[in-house]
Amino acid sequence: MTTANPSIDQANTLPLKEKLAKTTAIQRRRAFLLTLPLVLFLLISFVFPIGQMLFNSIHNNKVSAVVPDFATAIQQWDGQGLPSEATFEIFVKDLAKAKKVREVGRTVGNMATRINYEMPGSRSLFTKSARKAGKIKQGPYKEALIKIDKKWANPQVWLTLQRASHDISPSFYVAAMDLKYNETGEVVEADELYQIYLDNFIKTLWLAALITFICVLLAYPVAYLLSVLPLRQSNLLMIMVLLPFWTSLLVRTTAWIAILQTEGVINDLLVYFGVIGDDGRIQMIYNQTGTIIAMVHILLPFMILPLYSVMKTIQPTYMRAALSMGSKPFYAYRRVYLPQTIPGLAAGTLLVFILAIGYYITPALVGGQDGLLISNLIAYHIQKSLNWSLGAALGTMLLVVVLLLYWVYNKLIGIDKLKFG
Amino acid sequence: MNKIINKTLIAAAVATTMVAGSAQAEEITVVSWGGAYTKSQVEAYHKPWNGYTGNTVISEDYNGGLAEIKAQVEAGNVTWNLVDVELSDAVRGCDEGILEVMDHSVLPDGANGVPAAEDFLPGALAECAVGNIVWSTVFIHDESKIQGVDGLKDFFDLGKFPGKRGLRKGAKPNLELALMADGVEPADVYEVLSTEAGIDRAFAKLDTIKDSTVWWESGAQPPQLLADGEVVMTTAYNGRVFNAIASEGKPFVINWDGQVWDLDLWVIPKGAPNQEATMDFVKFSTSTKALADQASWIPYGPLRKSSFGLVSSFHSDPSLDMAPHMPTAPANFTRALQNDFEFWADNSDQLNERFNAWLTK
Repeated sequence: MTTANPSIDQANTLPLKEKLAKTTAIQRRRAFLLTLPLVLFLLISFVFPIGQMLFNSIHNNKVSAVVPDFATAIQQWDGQGLPSEATFEIFVKDLAKAKKVREVGRTVGNMATRINYEMPGSRSLFTKSARKAGKIKQGPYKEALIKIDKKWANPQVWLTLQRASHDISPSFYVAAMDLKYNETGEVVEADELYQIYLDNFIKTLWLAALITFICVLLAYPVAYLLSVLPLRQSNLLMIMVLLPFWTSLLVRTTAWIAILQTEGVINDLLVYFGVIGDDGRIQMIYNQTGTIIAMVHILLPFMILPLYSVMKTIQPTYMRAALSMGSKPFYAYRRVYLPQTIPGLAAGTLLVFILAIGYYITPALVGGQDGLLISNLIAYHIQKSLNWSLGAALGTMLLVVVLLLYWVYNKLIGIDKLKFG
Repeated sequence: MNKIINKTLIAAAVATTMVAGSAQAEEITVVSWGGAYTKSQVEAYHKPWNGYTGNTVISEDYNGGLAEIKAQVEAGNVTWNLVDVELSDAVRGCDEGILEVMDHSVLPDGANGVPAAEDFLPGALAECAVGNIVWSTVFIHDESKIQGVDGLKDFFDLGKFPGKRGLRKGAKPNLELALMADGVEPADVYEVLSTEAGIDRAFAKLDTIKDSTVWWESGAQPPQLLADGEVVMTTAYNGRVFNAIASEGKPFVINWDGQVWDLDLWVIPKGAPNQEATMDFVKFSTSTKALADQASWIPYGPLRKSSFGLVSSFHSDPSLDMAPHMPTAPANFTRALQNDFEFWADNSDQLNERFNAWLTK
């Protein structure tokens, strides 16, 4: 009888483990299937389009699509002096053919714009030469092309063409990091007059951190109040937090313009009460101050709500116990209450920081000239200069920085500690 | 019950044929710069064209540049049928293949019988565009607040006229204005700007007012900034200012010294639908009468010589003659600079890059 027991036990435990594994697997698969529509939606509407756009940052085929034979030929060149006569011939013939093309992405203008990024002023060189290239019917092609414009005798043009003939190239990252290629094709620091991006990145990160910090300082008391007041009063307070949150962003930003401008409400009140003179009006808008004030106002609910939802679950008994055991109020707060609010703080700061880094509309409207953030520069390249590759390079750098910060954040606080309620 | 059903069926049948009948009417989207300028186009082009042909025009606004056109063409989903662009954008867009080539032979003769090719001013008929107006960047001040403004150099004189200035955000045309205020003659401006020393000189001049500058982006902002008292002097598009003076009675004064004038043209994005109806609209809106009509709503100069004689008075005030307010009126044209689109096609990337860097430092 007793010998039968171990084998029965064994027979019972093994299938149990398997059964457990099977049911867990089924549960996990079911959970995944439930999220599958969302994952697909995100992939199609978010990941693929943005991925395609970011791919532009290293992929630019404007030379190889316009002058394909030349692009293959120039890659064999060793970079010394000027390319060979044969390469010149291929270039002239390709250019003449390209002049007739009107398809988007394959016109001479596309190639001219691409080279113009690295060699300003070379755009008209290409458009002019393309017009005349059809007239060169026979060799020597090198002489004929240089006769059209002597800039063709400058090796830098050909080095740039050689670099751009590769579809995948880091040229735009070079530009995004305030570097450039010099006459011999080496990567050097760009002229100081043209250095903007790195400084702006650092300014954006710094401003976002400052805004997050101010949000924490302002949101903590409000969330605390919301969580301890009796229901009727806290409901009223909650409505006062949520109503602006639901109002359109643009309406709120323009309201700030009306309040903060030099002839606005605040300045008028201060002059009326004699605090400042009429010509001593404070400049609070169209500069960094305006950006900070408006952005703190807009991002505050994102800090209040996670904090509130965590504070609501903290039982007051812990604080009372600490106080009753003789601790000073501040010490009790620091050792008992504050650690329990860390999850809410973590969620709120993460949300606010990431939103603040990417914010575009508010700095564009109230930032003036020194309230501009990196997102405005990216938007400038997408909308005005049409240099999508550079915009994509800057966007990718921003994404990498944010992911890096998120990784550091995770190491410090831990994602499983985040709580939204 | 049967009677009711019968009546309903008959009514539905009639309604369907009516709808089918009116489906002949085309609908095109015309995009322009908004505000008073779009209003002048709606009154002078859209409404009369709708009256003649029954086709409807949907009017949309934008702030210039080729970004939306490029995005639509490259995505293969063009919703804009016709866009009003600056000359440098028309040329660049054509070079990059995102605009349709226009057939200028279909444009009607001028009212005086002169063929279109000779009636239009030089530069108005580009490969992918048909010009409509001349517009100008001028600078304005409020006469009730400051008097005695003498010329462009006063714009940069913070000692004589303290207060803030308004400038369009971007290198163009501020570099030209800076050089002209520094004493360079209009004829030499682009030559000077082609050198590093010239560019440095322009930025140095802009540095003198940099801290007192408010940067505007859309055409309706400058008159608003001046009315709010946010700035003491600002550059603006001349037509928008006129609207503030004539319709709203503001005491603004336009200073024509050092004006930078340019053309606006109609372009069709590549692959846009309804191109036949769109070309019909272009033919109508660039005819002699239509161009003269838009001039009675906003003082932008028509690009057809035959329209000059037909320019009359402001639409709501017959005693206000429009001709002296045109950028091309002789009295205003003494120190005028035509915006050089080739220079900007080559150098706008580099100069705007430097401008952005200068702005944030």
